[in-house]
Amino acid sequence: MTEPALRTAALRKDFGGLTAVNDVALECRVGELHAVIGPNGAGKTTLINLLSGDLAPSSGRVELFGRDVTGLPSHSISQLGVGRSYQRTNIFMRFTVFENCRLAAQSRLPSSMRFLKPAVRYREVNAAAARAVELAELCGREQVPATALSHGERRQLEVAMTLATRPKLLLLDEPLAGMGAEESARMVELLKKLAPGHAMLLVEHDMDAVFALASVLTVMVNGAVLASGTPEAIRANREVQEAYLGSEDGE
Amino acid sequence: MERQPRALQVVLLAGLVALVAFPLVGEKFYLQFITKVMIMAIFAMSLDLLVGYTGLVSLGHALFFGVAAYALMLLTPEYQAAGFWTSLGASLGIAALAALVVGFFVLRTSGIYFIMVTLAFGQMTYFYVHDSSHLGGSDGKYIYVRPVLEIAGWSPFDLEKPSHFYYVALAMMVLVYFSLRVLLASPFGRVISGIKENEHRMRMLGFATFRYKLVCFVLAGALAGLAGWLVAAHDGLVNPEMLSWHQSGQLLMMVILGGMGTPSGPILGAAALKVLELLFQGWTKHWQLLLGGFIVLSVLLLPRGLAQLFESWRRD
Ligand SMILES: Nc1ncnc2c1ncn2[C@@H]1O[C@H](COP(=O)(O)OP(=O)(O)OP(=O)(O)O)[C@@H](O)[C@H]1O
Ligand SMILES: [Mg+2]
Repeated sequence: MTEPALRTAALRKDFGGLTAVNDVALECRVGELHAVIGPNGAGKTTLINLLSGDLAPSSGRVELFGRDVTGLPSHSISQLGVGRSYQRTNIFMRFTVFENCRLAAQSRLPSSMRFLKPAVRYREVNAAAARAVELAELCGREQVPATALSHGERRQLEVAMTLATRPKLLLLDEPLAGMGAEESARMVELLKKLAPGHAMLLVEHDMDAVFALASVLTVMVNGAVLASGTPEAIRANREVQEAYLGSEDGE
Repeated sequence: MERQPRALQVVLLAGLVALVAFPLVGEKFYLQFITKVMIMAIFAMSLDLLVGYTGLVSLGHALFFGVAAYALMLLTPEYQAAGFWTSLGASLGIAALAALVVGFFVLRTSGIYFIMVTLAFGQMTYFYVHDSSHLGGSDGKYIYVRPVLEIAGWSPFDLEKPSHFYYVALAMMVLVYFSLRVLLASPFGRVISGIKENEHRMRMLGFATFRYKLVCFVLAGALAGLAGWLVAAHDGLVNPEMLSWHQSGQLLMMVILGGMGTPSGPILGAAALKVLELLFQGWTKHWQLLLGGFIVLSVLLLPRGLAQLFESWRRD
């Protein structure tokens, strides 16, 4: 079998007395969409922060593409082929949609220590940016500043920027948060389209989307993994129903 | 290159024509005055690269200016001229080296701490120079002969002549202006604007931001060095005040007054501040009060600087 794109072992993060991520082991392969679900404060975002290099783990190990990357800074992780989108929109507000994506794509030049030729004349960069804009269905909005976008469009841009870096592993933190039904459906289609060519770790509260997309599901509660397996197995899991899904069904 | 507002283009072009023509009619005093303004404009452009484009508010930028000026003084033999290119190269080199060392430390901080440590480095250097008798102590030192450019016995210009110096400063200012515009449109330029806008996201996109900030800091230091070399050669004098935080503060004022992060803002700011200083000094001995009042008003009315005056005409 192929090497997993992502593998963690005994991953742990403490914030003072609080253990936000506790002994988490998970794997994700190319072609696999691994969804992580759990109630608010379960440690999902913190987990992604540990994988993306935004935070260094207190202990444990992160492997990407068979390589130990524990403690590497986020720019090095990104250059290994990891794209991350944020739960709280994190884009260049004063740049246009296209410039947001262009800058993201520019990161794949061997170096940006280039001082003479105008940035907008790098064809491959423009092409990668345009492709990301198209994938995220932002066509026609290229020249709009990010500040003027709707909330849903900003979420799309967030994902577009991530795609513009041509990642092999995608870490998506609640890409559907705050989106309308229609926007949501489109994003789900996009993720479906991307799934075969990428390894994806998806954190999401929208259970319909999760069960429509995931090939593997991990349930986190209080920083620890409660259960992990196929969507069917998770749905049938008594503990999960009690701790998490059950409460949703009851709503 | 990003297009500038049409009105501003016209103003800049008219300004350039006026500057080129001025020595034909101007008196020596005003020639020297405008020369100084142009040198300060170079200095202000170098700071704007940090403050306006990268979001790094430095209060110690005079360090690089002063260090380059002192380098020219040390390289000038007592009654002989220093070589133009060698002394210029050495001044820029030492300013860049100083920026590399200082930048390596200060760029680990951000926000208010960055302001504090740049200020601290500036003041450390100031006091060192101030207390070093071999550097002339608090009085500074004279440079009796200006650098000379000679190519096989022929000199294209003579810096002892005010009009020649004027054109050298003008050429340097124009060169720096266009170089910066090219730089800002390049991939490097886009990276530093990205850092100003959202450094965290830049890192997650795969940019090793520290490296880019350091290169930017060194470039800005070298350009400040160019201004320092020009001032020392022009005034024939160096003193510790060139390194002091007053100098850094006045420079920051020029940048803010003119418009941070605009290509021509620092030039407008340097010109406005120097002209007003001259004007108010002629009126009253309380000129600093007037100048302060003007700055307060201007920042209130034009928060994006004098360059903003031309923005509103953009769609004409
Ligand atoms: N930087 C931090 N410092 C201290 N505590 C933190 C920090 N980041 C997160 N926490 C805490 O860690 C716990 C897990 O937070 P996290 O954001 O990972 O949850 P989450 O599963 O993403 O929740 P949500 O579904 O609301 O996004 C929470 O109790 C949170 O308060
Ligand atoms: Mg979260």
